[in-house]
Amino acid sequence: MSAIKTALTDPLFNKNPIALQILGICSALAVTTSLQVTLVMCIAVIAVVAFSNVGVSIIRNHIPNNIRIIVQMIIIASLVIVVDQILKAYAYETSKQLSVFVGLIITNCIVMGRAEAYAMKNGPVPSFFDGIGNGLGYSIVLIVVASIRELFGAGKLLGYEILPLVQDGGWYQTNGMLLLPPSAFFIIGLFIWALRSWKTDQVEAADFKIQPNTVNSGGH
Amino acid sequence: MSANNDSIQKTLLVAVLLCLVCSIIVAGAAVSLKPLQIANKEEDKRRNILVAAGLWQPGANTAELFEQISPRLVNLAEGRFANDDELAQIRAAGLNPEAYDQIKAAKLPALSQRLDSSTDIASIRRLEHFAEVFMVYEDDVLKTIVMPVHGYGLWSTLYGFIALENDLNTVAGFGFYAHAETPGLGGEVDNPNWKEKWIGKRLNNDSGELAIEVIKGEAPRDDAHRIDGLSGATLTARGVNNLVRFWVGDNAFGPFLANLKHGEI
Repeated sequence: MSAIKTALTDPLFNKNPIALQILGICSALAVTTSLQVTLVMCIAVIAVVAFSNVGVSIIRNHIPNNIRIIVQMIIIASLVIVVDQILKAYAYETSKQLSVFVGLIITNCIVMGRAEAYAMKNGPVPSFFDGIGNGLGYSIVLIVVASIRELFGAGKLLGYEILPLVQDGGWYQTNGMLLLPPSAFFIIGLFIWALRSWKTDQVEAADFKIQPNTVNSGGH
Repeated sequence: MSANNDSIQKTLLVAVLLCLVCSIIVAGAAVSLKPLQIANKEEDKRRNILVAAGLWQPGANTAELFEQISPRLVNLAEGRFANDDELAQIRAAGLNPEAYDQIKAAKLPALSQRLDSSTDIASIRRLEHFAEVFMVYEDDVLKTIVMPVHGYGLWSTLYGFIALENDLNTVAGFGFYAHAETPGLGGEVDNPNWKEKWIGKRLNNDSGELAIEVIKGEAPRDDAHRIDGLSGATLTARGVNNLVRFWVGDNAFGPFLANLKHGEI
């Protein structure tokens, strides 16, 4: 039981796929302008990671090594298409806003990373929970980023007005930059900084050290 | 894991079986969800007609609001409403005039014609003989008319609606309901601020020439005919410009609008 619990909770903060492994950044920039869209995206990613892990794990003893990446891709791509179809049927408005980014879950490194790193070596049940855990780890970061961006960029949360806007007679002047993609970089950067200040073992050793400028100059 | 996994037979077997299972799952999902998706698309299209006509209220029932709108079929070449013979012709071609599928009609040889490249500024290749228009009457007087438009942008065909006020010259609303332009660049055609810029613009200038235009950069304030371009989306904006000018022009709705204006139909 404890293995399942670790598989589920470890990716939340200790091994967060975005903050520690820096995976899946692209979609984190694109879909976090409003919280509602983000929540749908998170559910989609959790479902895809969990079930692709299960699928890969079930047939892991039969996957020929030569084509294992393609096999994983087929499973992931099929699941993404199914999720896309379901969204188009049951959440049409949100699926229009997510547009290409649902399809791009296929290329989200988290999904394939977990299939290759975990599901290929573990049974279906732990793999399922590993998928849920990693999906949740991704979701935590996305929800934090989206809450900040929607609240301070548009003065709303889930479409409800929280900060009354200047143009509607309130006091809050929106920060338009937060609705543009670069702002997600800043927020994710600050999130990683906060996380690593809390869990200092996540700080990576420096790859190299910058030497001070040499004083003597005698080249000429 | 056993070494025989890597034999050619096993590799082929796993690949074929996996593809088979996955294709059944994907096909099953696509087929079983299709009715819901079509209903969603239809609802979305109706909502866009209502938005263009300025009748949309958030949270209201689309079907109820849509009762204010009378859809009619127009013979584009002759610029009048389609008569009974023509409705029979549409039925004979396998389409239902009450739920007219204009996109499909443009693909049927019996209901469309090829456009030559000099007139086809919207890059749509084939023009249907009959187009659907949506009339909004208030106390039996025409208030707004909504016309479907489509044309090629950068990556995709954009499908939308343009609404005119009862002078048949002033834009009352404009928007697209389907396209696949780049989100954030060409996709900004969906930006409400940009769509709002269309409202109040006039199609023709005082001497009756087609003057509405999407220009590159910013249009002067209070300009009656020109609309700001979209930064980062020059080609999409050009496509929008072309498709609007095509559909309100002489080869599409132009004759119909002229006849309607002179009260001849």
